[in-house]
Amino acid sequence: MTTAQDDIKAPAAVPTAPERTGRRGARLGNQLAAFGSAVWRPLIVLAVIGLVWWFVTAREMVERYLVPTPGSVFEVMWEDRSMLAEHTYVTLYETVIGFLLAALIGIGSAVLIVYSKTAERSLYPIILFAQVIPKIAIAPILIVWFGTGLSPKIILAVLIAFFPVVVSGVAGLRDTDPELLDLSATMGASRWSVFVKVRFPGALPQLMAGLKVAVTLAVVGAVVGEFVGASEGLGYILLLASGNLNSALLFADLILMSAIGVVLFVVIEVAESLLIPWHASRREGSSVTMATT
Amino acid sequence: MPQLEKKKAAATDAAATASIDIRDVTCTFTTKRSRTTAVDGVSMRIEPGEFVSILGPSGCGKSTLLKMIAGLVLPTTGQVGLLGRQVKGPQRNIGFAFQRAALLQWRGARKNILLQAEMRGMDKRTAARRADELIELTGLAGFEDALPHELSGGMQQRVALCRALLHEPPVLLLDEPFGALDALTREHLNVELNRIWRETGTTIVLVTHSISEAIYLGTRVEVMSARPGRIIETMPVDLPRERDYGKVMSAPEFETLAAHIRTLLSGSH
Ligand SMILES: Nc1ncnc2c1ncn2[C@@H]1O[C@H](COP(=O)(O)OP(=O)(O)O)[C@@H](O)[C@H]1O
Ligand SMILES: [Mg+2]
Repeated sequence: MTTAQDDIKAPAAVPTAPERTGRRGARLGNQLAAFGSAVWRPLIVLAVIGLVWWFVTAREMVERYLVPTPGSVFEVMWEDRSMLAEHTYVTLYETVIGFLLAALIGIGSAVLIVYSKTAERSLYPIILFAQVIPKIAIAPILIVWFGTGLSPKIILAVLIAFFPVVVSGVAGLRDTDPELLDLSATMGASRWSVFVKVRFPGALPQLMAGLKVAVTLAVVGAVVGEFVGASEGLGYILLLASGNLNSALLFADLILMSAIGVVLFVVIEVAESLLIPWHASRREGSSVTMATT
Repeated sequence: MPQLEKKKAAATDAAATASIDIRDVTCTFTTKRSRTTAVDGVSMRIEPGEFVSILGPSGCGKSTLLKMIAGLVLPTTGQVGLLGRQVKGPQRNIGFAFQRAALLQWRGARKNILLQAEMRGMDKRTAARRADELIELTGLAGFEDALPHELSGGMQQRVALCRALLHEPPVLLLDEPFGALDALTREHLNVELNRIWRETGTTIVLVTHSISEAIYLGTRVEVMSARPGRIIETMPVDLPRERDYGKVMSAPEFETLAAHIRTLLSGSH
């Protein structure tokens, strides 16, 4: 008789309007719980690494100038906090602007490629070529062209970050259910409304995945740009510290760079859960069923 | 003189206006690797208010036939007429539903139904009223805000059906809409569809794999051969429009018709 339940069980499974808001609150609680359960394992790993680090340096198993103690790293972070904050801000700025431009250009190119065969034929090879060139090799050219200001770093961040946006955007837009497109045609829908109401929202899950990769790459782009020619930014400080054999500053700098990547990644994750709750909740549902079976 | 001729032509057209008029239609798909004739020399005339069920083995061109009526695929040769006009591109005077509900995953049931209105630029208040009626009619009340993945397969299919009916199309095309459902849900929806058809007077073409569904719903059953799809037999279903499910299933007419269709289909493989 289980087959008969299909329609009958549904009323119980789907709450009516007042219950749904209650469940949304519960969903936030669930999300927090999920966040907690996602975070404690990496935290333990981090703690273990920190412990090993502290142990190795406290016992002076490695020379101090090669690996500083955790204490000295945090000391540098605290003492040079205003200087480090300034340079962190510069790198963060380059990364965010670079990422936003990459997202804009990447999504724009994806739309062009999906909607026009001509654009696909002319753009795809160029994009692929731009991806294949080692970006680090372009950095010196960009410095020659644009000087040592912020623009070459931003351009480098864009160049590195926009490829995953294009690829995920194209894949997402192409993934549209052909029956939905047929249906839209019988509704006399304009291309624009099909794009806005059907194709683009449907592409968001894949696009967001691409944006997450892009944001971490944008940090790399900005730092590489700073390596080649800069007077500010965490990449510049890293070179200085390396020149002075100031390993404590080196480590502090590295931690800040990683922090930029992690924070921006989390920002995109939050944006994702706000933009496509339908997708997140579906995933939640599937993980629940996996846990119960 | 030419004007008079035009008038005459219009008059004969009006007198002879079928809902759907398929004339000797062939459809061949050419890809780089192969040529497939999906539909071969099919003619069919469907009068307003008829309910035509199409049966046939998989891959015989049933979906292609429906798409040609909708103007989503154009015939290689022959002509399709819809409501007295030749079909040359996607048609707006129809409702369409598929085996997969094809709902927007990010919209609740009601908003999925209203997509039809948004795309057509229908008057908002009319559309909202109509959506409420359909939600009531199909038993979706209480599920208006539920997202597709929160709905059972039967419920999703009801939403797709409501979306196809929102603009009160004179012609409804259904491509195995209940194919993925369990037997009891399917029976339920068959009874509902029969009622909707009687109450709205819509011309319906239903593609199905179920012989009993075809007979229970249809005023006529068309059986197609394996690819290239041809019509091998047309059978009127001699039952009243209002049909009780249990009674139809046990009627002697049903048994003989079903047995006959079964031999036709097994012979066409
Ligand atoms: N767009 C297409 N391009 C090439 N071949 C197609 C296309 N659509 C359908 N076909 C082929 O036409 C035949 C009939 O398909 P279809 O109408 O979907 O059959 P049915 O709905 O009866 O199962 C199949 O062999 C299918 O592979
Ligand atoms: Mg089919």
